[in-house]
Amino acid sequence: MDQKLYLSSPPHIRAEQSTEQIMRAVIYALLPACAVAVYFFGLPALRVLVLCTLACVLIEVLCQKLMGRPLTWRDGSAALTGILLALNLPPSSPWWLVLIGAVVAIAVAKQIFGGLGHNPFNPALVARVVLLISFPVQMTTWSAPSPWGSDFHTLTTATPLGEMQSAVMLTGELPAALQQNTLNYLLGNMGGSLGEVSALALLLGAGFLFWKRVITWHIPVSFLASVVVLAGFFWLLDPSRYPSPLFHLLTGGLMLGVFFMATDMVTSPVTPLGMVIFGVGCGLLTVLIRLFGGYPEGVSFAILLMNAATPLIDRYTRPRVFGTVTAKAKA
Amino acid sequence: MTKKYKTFRGGLHPPENKAGSAHKPIEDCPLPAELVIPLSLHVGVPAEVCVAPGEQVLKGQMIGRARGLVSVPVHASTSGEVIAVEPRPHPSGKVLEAVVLRPDGADTPCDRVGEDQVHDWSATELLERIREAGIVGLGGATFPAHIKLSPPPQKPIDVLIINGAECEPYLTADHRLMVEQAEQVVRGSDIFRRVLGAKRVCVGIESNKPDAIQAMRRACTAAGMEVVVLATKYPQGAEKQLIFALTGREVPRGALPMDIGALVQNVGTAAATAEALSSGMPLIERVVTVAGPGVAEAKNLRVRIGTPLAHLVDYCGGIRGNLAKVLVGGPMMGAAQLGLDVPVVPATSGVLLLREEDLVLRPEGPCIRCGRCVQVCPSRLCPTTIAAYARLGRMDEAKDYNAMDCIECGSCSYTCPSAIPLVQSIRHAKASILAQRKKH
Repeated sequence: MDQKLYLSSPPHIRAEQSTEQIMRAVIYALLPACAVAVYFFGLPALRVLVLCTLACVLIEVLCQKLMGRPLTWRDGSAALTGILLALNLPPSSPWWLVLIGAVVAIAVAKQIFGGLGHNPFNPALVARVVLLISFPVQMTTWSAPSPWGSDFHTLTTATPLGEMQSAVMLTGELPAALQQNTLNYLLGNMGGSLGEVSALALLLGAGFLFWKRVITWHIPVSFLASVVVLAGFFWLLDPSRYPSPLFHLLTGGLMLGVFFMATDMVTSPVTPLGMVIFGVGCGLLTVLIRLFGGYPEGVSFAILLMNAATPLIDRYTRPRVFGTVTAKAKA
Repeated sequence: MTKKYKTFRGGLHPPENKAGSAHKPIEDCPLPAELVIPLSLHVGVPAEVCVAPGEQVLKGQMIGRARGLVSVPVHASTSGEVIAVEPRPHPSGKVLEAVVLRPDGADTPCDRVGEDQVHDWSATELLERIREAGIVGLGGATFPAHIKLSPPPQKPIDVLIINGAECEPYLTADHRLMVEQAEQVVRGSDIFRRVLGAKRVCVGIESNKPDAIQAMRRACTAAGMEVVVLATKYPQGAEKQLIFALTGREVPRGALPMDIGALVQNVGTAAATAEALSSGMPLIERVVTVAGPGVAEAKNLRVRIGTPLAHLVDYCGGIRGNLAKVLVGGPMMGAAQLGLDVPVVPATSGVLLLREEDLVLRPEGPCIRCGRCVQVCPSRLCPTTIAAYARLGRMDEAKDYNAMDCIECGSCSYTCPSAIPLVQSIRHAKASILAQRKKH
């Protein structure tokens, strides 16, 4: 035998899907939402998307150079964080807001913890929340949607959730018009962050992720179900004060959060039961914060809070080991 | 789709790659110029050589005497001259004592008692014959069959399971055996049933072998045995998973199948037992699948124990392409070999040849906590957590996370998108925990 043979321990074959492919699949899945954002908010939205993605990748490279670590921007995780962060920003975000966000997301929330796989919190969400708290004016200046081709005007508007909250605070009642815009909410014809706007585009991307088996049902289904149940409970209690579950599903960052942020593998539990608990926690916190919190939007806070609980959830949801037979079954 | 067939929770479905040999009838592989018969053919104590260089031996003649309880004798797989008794490369990766035999081409069998009285023998007599014939489990674990078939009297076996799952990709040896020798598999199973006094016999076969299911159904019905179709899923043939799929019983952690009244034997072992007890010729051959993109033509071969792999590959038309990896067994659990000079042993269910381009040499990345290893683990462990602790040297934590329950099927490593060698790390943890236990 003159050939050199490889020696390694089994298994000798591997599943096709690599980490890079998973990241790329999530990026593809976000493209419809990006397209809708650009359609409704025009060039400013495109500018935020491109700037944010490039900034995140560059900052990842810069951090790794400074820390003497191997460069891993090719794995796509930094670009994905960039796109997710952009989708969490208002279309009118100034360039410096985007840059600060990228630094917070990549340098602070990811690289300091050791890079991909080691960050306890979703980097894009950390950045969003830091920006929201630090620059509340810039982060809540919403452009009115103006579909491509229509006259561009820089009107500002409120998000449906914001409108809801101030109306309830001022009058104690929901404005009737809010609940009748379902189709517009579904398509994305409303004020909001780039990626909040179109539930339909996000669902399309989510379908792709399910088809490619990148995400499982556990987190999205439990998240959505608990939102519907808790929101439904309050709605039935007092429909003049609390909006319908459908309104909750279609407005704000819910769809983006459910399918793309809560399902972030790194920061969510690894066990199936843990994922369900995580999803339920996200859903309940989202509704509670939306209805009773100081911010109109609760998804980001809910997911971050549950991120913090992830190690604990993992610890207490270990699957029952095969062959752990209960005393009864043994007898 | 997999729902309608019986199975277990977890597992996965790697590409089957069985098309190359699934339809190929078993061929007799001609004798090589030299047979290398290791004295370690099974998990027990190696046999003690009882021939010397220069001696003429006959086919089926004992050349190694069993030593101790967990041991069976070793037999010459053809007639010829013993040319050496010396250490030779063994498929385990070690260099172990072996009898080197130069076949004389006549294939003269040694005298055997006319053994048509299988039906009259008692369980004790059957067991003795099984031991004498050197029968070991041909599914890969090669545990001596007579030991497995003698559970203590306080642990009666009520269900005998015949394992025809063959869940490893590429391998089709058991598949062809069931198609072509269903009667023999059933006769062997019947011998086991008599030895054990088992009430129920079920044969588990994965749904991707419809012709084997059909052939076995036909043969089983007459003998009062059942064939159960299993989901095509890896590791469906793992003992505890198979028992669960067929009976709904879970083997308790740390216990053996006999503790819940079950016993598993491979279809190959059943066929070999029937053959040995009816012809009187001991275990000197087995069916081997030679497959993989690195071989000219994939085949199922009946091969004498001791035949060097190179001879099998030659018979299959030789190497195709740039040979990079040689496996004995399947791609999920098989062992990589140093070369083609190792011999076929009873554990050799397949020989798999892979080329450079078939290897996935993806660099290892960080764990992204995708949870796939948790979802596929048939033992329902958290492989990523155990592996992480093992790599930090924190074996107590690895043990806490039930590292010892790992069946080493490799599903976790297979599915990991970051190419982390999870099962290797868990194996390392298991070894450390065992070593620790021995110290105390």
